[in-house]
Amino acid sequence: MRAAIVVFPGSNRERDMALACRRAFGKEPELVWHRDTSLPDVDFVALPGGFSYGDYLRPGAIAARAPIMRAVIDHASRGAPVLGVCNGFQIMIEAGMLPGALLRNATLNFVCRNTTLICASSNSAFTYGMEVDKTKLTVPVAHHDGGYFVTPDMLQVLEAEDRVAFRYAPGENPNGSTADIAGVMNGGRNVVGLMPHPENATDPLAGGTDGLELFQSLLEAA
Amino acid sequence: MKARVAIRLRPDVLDPQGKAIGQALGTLGFSGVDSVRQGKLIELDVEASDAATAKDKVKAMCERLLANPVIEDYEIEIEG
Repeated sequence: MRAAIVVFPGSNRERDMALACRRAFGKEPELVWHRDTSLPDVDFVALPGGFSYGDYLRPGAIAARAPIMRAVIDHASRGAPVLGVCNGFQIMIEAGMLPGALLRNATLNFVCRNTTLICASSNSAFTYGMEVDKTKLTVPVAHHDGGYFVTPDMLQVLEAEDRVAFRYAPGENPNGSTADIAGVMNGGRNVVGLMPHPENATDPLAGGTDGLELFQSLLEAA
Repeated sequence: MKARVAIRLRPDVLDPQGKAIGQALGTLGFSGVDSVRQGKLIELDVEASDAATAKDKVKAMCERLLANPVIEDYEIEIEG
């Protein structure tokens, strides 16, 4: 699995994502600068967490219009796997790659703690090896603007098309997300975005390795 | 030409910041504030021959970047 990680000014989890890729795929991923206009020859592209452009205007809004995003959208439209984590998820949403919006956390607090994610669909590149309702992953969140919002109509579409990838465990919703949604996917099931950080749960020293399952699913699905 | 864009969260979108501001106002003793909604104001200086052209330009900017239509409404005002 050849991987590329897009780096924006203000990204800060690209090295964590690189570590996760190295662990899961045994290969060094390539880092790509946001000003580039093409991606290297890779299978998988990740948009990492952070605070691209200092969250100016709206989190992810400026980064979503960066030159590299054309290539990322093209990559996704060919059915190749693309993962957006935290700010990467915000960027994907702002770029129109995934539906909905991410709002300021309902509590107004920055949340930074472990959450339990429950697999809501095993039908995606990143949840392929998981079992719906049974696979539970302990993965940290660290964000201020992670309240997933969709209109009731769009929520119906997401549920009907089985496009909710992960939910927070009951009672653990850290940000007021609609229907406890932690991660969603596109219609092609190859683009997944989520607020929690699976790449930060890939080392026993850092408290657990549950996050590796997403990366391993990618290998199994390939 | 000066343009002013007011961006507001759509009425069906929860605004916890507005709510917190409302609570703080109550703490200060300002009673009778029923609801507070927070938005943003963007001021631009755009080159345009007339107000209608300026408005069209700014509308395109709103659609593509300044506002997020999923959660926000916008209102454009052209000065002069």
